[in-house]
Amino acid sequence: MIVRTPVFLIICLAVGAVVFGLSLEVGNDYVFFAGYVILQYVVLSTAWNILGGYCGYVNFGTAAFFALGAYSTVAIYKLIGDNDLPHIMPMPVLMLVGGVVSGIVGFGMGYLTLRLRGAFFSIATLALAVVLQTLVVNWDYVGGSRGAYVIRPEEMPFIGSYVRYLFLMMLLLAIAAIAIARLIEHSKLGYGFATIRDDELAAEALGVPTLRLKLIATTISGALMGMAGAPFPYYIGYLQPDSTFALDYAVNSIAMPLIGGTTSWVGPLIGAVLLGTLQQVATVTISSAVNLLIVGCLLVGFVIIAPNGIIGLVHTFLQRRDEDFVGRRRVDADAPGAVP
Amino acid sequence: MNGAIADSLGGSDLLQIDNLGKRFGGFVALENISLSVAAGERLGLIGPNGSGKSTLVNCICGTLRNEQGTVHFDGRKLDGLEAHQRTRLGLARSFQLPRPFVSLSLFDNIRIPLLYTVSARGRLHTADEVEDRCMGLLREVGLEAKARRRPRDLTQVEMRKLELARAMAAEPKLLIADEAMAGLTHSEVEDILTLLVRLNEQGVTVILIEHIMRAVMSFSRRLVVLVSGKKIADGAPDVVVRDPEVERAYLGQ
Repeated sequence: MIVRTPVFLIICLAVGAVVFGLSLEVGNDYVFFAGYVILQYVVLSTAWNILGGYCGYVNFGTAAFFALGAYSTVAIYKLIGDNDLPHIMPMPVLMLVGGVVSGIVGFGMGYLTLRLRGAFFSIATLALAVVLQTLVVNWDYVGGSRGAYVIRPEEMPFIGSYVRYLFLMMLLLAIAAIAIARLIEHSKLGYGFATIRDDELAAEALGVPTLRLKLIATTISGALMGMAGAPFPYYIGYLQPDSTFALDYAVNSIAMPLIGGTTSWVGPLIGAVLLGTLQQVATVTISSAVNLLIVGCLLVGFVIIAPNGIIGLVHTFLQRRDEDFVGRRRVDADAPGAVP
Repeated sequence: MNGAIADSLGGSDLLQIDNLGKRFGGFVALENISLSVAAGERLGLIGPNGSGKSTLVNCICGTLRNEQGTVHFDGRKLDGLEAHQRTRLGLARSFQLPRPFVSLSLFDNIRIPLLYTVSARGRLHTADEVEDRCMGLLREVGLEAKARRRPRDLTQVEMRKLELARAMAAEPKLLIADEAMAGLTHSEVEDILTLLVRLNEQGVTVILIEHIMRAVMSFSRRLVVLVSGKKIADGAPDVVVRDPEVERAYLGQ
């Protein structure tokens, strides 16, 4: 019934291989540039959804965690001072460092703010983004408000252009993020998260250690966002606080799960692929400035028509089609003594 | 007086509340409440609206912090413990208004305390054990057929039964049922009462908070009355209801 995690991972890797293969087939590196951004949003929205969708805590600070990952890479780059950095510190290691830094900040933020609920928590996360941006702007070592240049290596052995390598790394991270989200969803942890979303008071009363679970969620969520940010300096070449802390990250990583559906790992994936692709197309055909407008309009539309996202729409459709039948069959199958 | 009753029942005190006080700003919700409940007791807790019954429950269960006094449960001091830690010690409650986990099926609603409380005590290891226990509890309250449904498909009485079954799933030593029968019909009240009596017979101490006097009188072996945050009576039900002070509190001068 439910595919086991190793099997799921193999399926994901196979799909990833197909995606990478098809991208290579196009023979134009622009696919990788655009694809990288979409995959980055798959990671960000999946990460956001672990706290926002599963636990019901809306985080407006995605940009802060993303930027933390990006700036850890810049800090290491400055520390080593060598444009051969990816050979000394391979990208996976940089991503790991970014993840650890963001994870620690996520834990700290959670510890300080998780006693707040609803809008208060969201405002606190927004404040975190502002505070971090101010810190980075005033931190000369990583370029301050001037920004920092990172020189991208020309090529990677076996793969070709460096952007293909970055694409591949982000693809693997996206797969990892999705696998983690799915694993959580079907585990004891995921059920605990759902009780927090539904009714925190009742959850506590039934023995769910809500604060600890929320800290786990902010840490995992923050770490994944940081990992998504770590390769960014190499992708963009010139990292600047304004663009790294941009509103786009916060808004997109909220809008994508909402459009896809927040209760399952599939939602953020669908939302990110759909919205991310749309934005990339709009950037090429119209202007990149139209991106947030698209998000805004879609979000308004979905809130009115499908408040539970695309997943919710599909679910309702299926339920309506055979409501009684499904209900009866499922219960019968679970009744003791029933033949499976 | 309560000590004497505990002694006469021959059990040790499971719950011991000493001089508990709670205020909200300038409003004194509870004042110097002392109460001990022996293992195996069936205690009724009554009082007019706003008398502090639910606040008392919230202080016992850790949802609210009491500024004054102490609560001991099963020989352990509860003050400073989080609500979930108290639940793991064997304290369970149902809520006045049912608070089901709306996005989870009934089965999963019941599974939560098994996963988080009973497993934490080192029992129930395999998924099969958990599943058997869940279905068993749902069968006990007659909700087996709706195991895969969501709580929104339930009627009022089914919702109350789910609430109780979920609290029972935590395998408590003490169950506090906070108005578990409000808004139910006569026969539905009987259903819930039967459940509570059966639970008590299995060795669970039950504190019943209720407005329906018929239910309280038939269930309780001892009755405690709260009025304006103070305990004004504590004793055998038929004696307590004839207490002039209680009559005055309920019927006015």
